[in-house]
Amino acid sequence: MESKSPTSPPLIHIRGLRKAFGEHEVLLGFDLDLYDGENLVMVGKSGSGKSVLLKCIVRLEEIDSGTLEVLGKSIPDLDQVALDRLRTDVGFLFQGSALYDSMTVRENLQFPLRRHPDRMRGEAEEKLIVSALDSVGLAHAIDLMPSELSGGMKRRVALARTLILRPRIILYDEPTSGLDPITAKEIIELILQVQREFHTSSFIITHDMDCARVIANRMIMLVEGTNYAEGTYAELAASNDPKVRAFFK
Amino acid sequence: MSGEKEPYRGLLTFFDETGKVSLFTARFFREAFRPPFEFRELLRQSYIIGYQSLFLVATTGFIMGLVFDLQTRPTMIEFGAESYMPSMIGISFVREIGPVVTALICAGKIGSSIGAELGSMRVTEQIDAMEVSGTNPFKFLVVTRVLAAMLMVPVLVLIADAIGLFAAFLVENLKGDVTFRLFFNQVFNNLEFGDLIPSTVKSFFFGLAIGLIGCYKGYYAARGTAGVGSAANQAVVVASLLLFVIDLIAVLIADIFYEL
Ligand SMILES: Nc1ncnc2c1ncn2[C@@H]1O[C@H](COP(=O)(O)OP(=O)(O)OP(=O)(O)O)[C@@H](O)[C@H]1O
Ligand SMILES: [Mg+2]
Repeated sequence: MESKSPTSPPLIHIRGLRKAFGEHEVLLGFDLDLYDGENLVMVGKSGSGKSVLLKCIVRLEEIDSGTLEVLGKSIPDLDQVALDRLRTDVGFLFQGSALYDSMTVRENLQFPLRRHPDRMRGEAEEKLIVSALDSVGLAHAIDLMPSELSGGMKRRVALARTLILRPRIILYDEPTSGLDPITAKEIIELILQVQREFHTSSFIITHDMDCARVIANRMIMLVEGTNYAEGTYAELAASNDPKVRAFFK
Repeated sequence: MSGEKEPYRGLLTFFDETGKVSLFTARFFREAFRPPFEFRELLRQSYIIGYQSLFLVATTGFIMGLVFDLQTRPTMIEFGAESYMPSMIGISFVREIGPVVTALICAGKIGSSIGAELGSMRVTEQIDAMEVSGTNPFKFLVVTRVLAAMLMVPVLVLIADAIGLFAAFLVENLKGDVTFRLFFNQVFNNLEFGDLIPSTVKSFFFGLAIGLIGCYKGYYAARGTAGVGSAANQAVVVASLLLFVIDLIAVLIADIFYEL
């Protein structure tokens, strides 16, 4: 895992991002850079706006002001076609897996391919699906319905569904939340393995410090709508700032 | 929240919602005519929507036919108009009872299931997941369901009409010795295109209203599980009300044509 190379431009570049819902201001000038090949972990309290930030990155939420560039393109300025094309380069693993529960696992994986045949790289659909499921260790579950899967299996299928388009960046929204410690560990292993295998850059949200310690090349702390502190796990763990210390209890 | 504002709030919400539904409707028409088209999903939804409601619509149609005939018979006999029974039943069933009763049943059955399904997809972020995979969820989820409702409600209405008339015939046959041929000859002699066309067009709009309101409520369901329940509930309530408004408008328009 090579860390950030300051020479290449960041894949995600955010400056002064603001986002409010009515009166309720969630992000108040947030800065972030995600570099090629790194695992950037963001921690923050529940309700601090972590999911909102991720949703802004793929424009599930519109930002109020600030700079937001992904792969060199300014997200707020893209038209629908360009946005959809860009979105295939950015995988998103939702907090609750978000599998399509009226479709089988196979159909779940087919779904992203149907509008993006160019992403099939000339391979047969079935082969892509099987290999994506293989990389998360769930090839045998191909004909099951999401309701027949455990929480950990759902998370894996969701990851396979994200991987099938071969994104360059994957955004993980609390990949280990709601899982028991052993399954959580397996998911963490899987994230690292995916990164090695597919050379993706990852932006991972969590409030599980064990997860952060294992995965992070670099960490960022979201406090009161801003990027309050940044650094490696060790650097932040050694900090004396009470707001930073609060995460390490 | 001063007390003075209270009475206006309901009104404001009403106009706000009306505006949003209009935008939603406009978006539906824009997306429905622009490729790519989701034919397979449209077929699947039509099958689901039609099949889901078939039994219910058939049963209510049958019962309405029986009840309607049994209730009007004594009065018609009193006026010595027993022989007009088939034409009277035919006209009132095709023009009004069939479409309205079927549409109300569909609002309950189809509207609530669309509202709940899309609502739970919204709440569990499945709609967001479609969006970020670069597939337009509006086209895939909303356009297909609304079109399917528009196609299937008129078909269900025709089925209800047929079954209701058959039930009425059974009563006539048992009580008045009217033969199958005589009954349906009379029914069709008095039915004109002027009856069938408006009622089919009307059913079409019923389907549109049921599909649109169900999808709108589900698509914009509030976060949290309570959002799913209220989406399903409101879909039924609003769609049912809207059906009567459409019915009134349809009758007024048809009336103008009859005058000509
Ligand atoms: N669509 C929305 N409309 C209104 N408020 C919203 C919306 N989405 C998020 N919020 C508010 O923004 C704040 C941040 O929400 P967010 O989901 O980002 O929290 P989070 O940091 O991901 O928390 P958790 O760890 O619990 O997932 C919350 O107060 C939430 O109520
Ligand atoms: Mg969250």
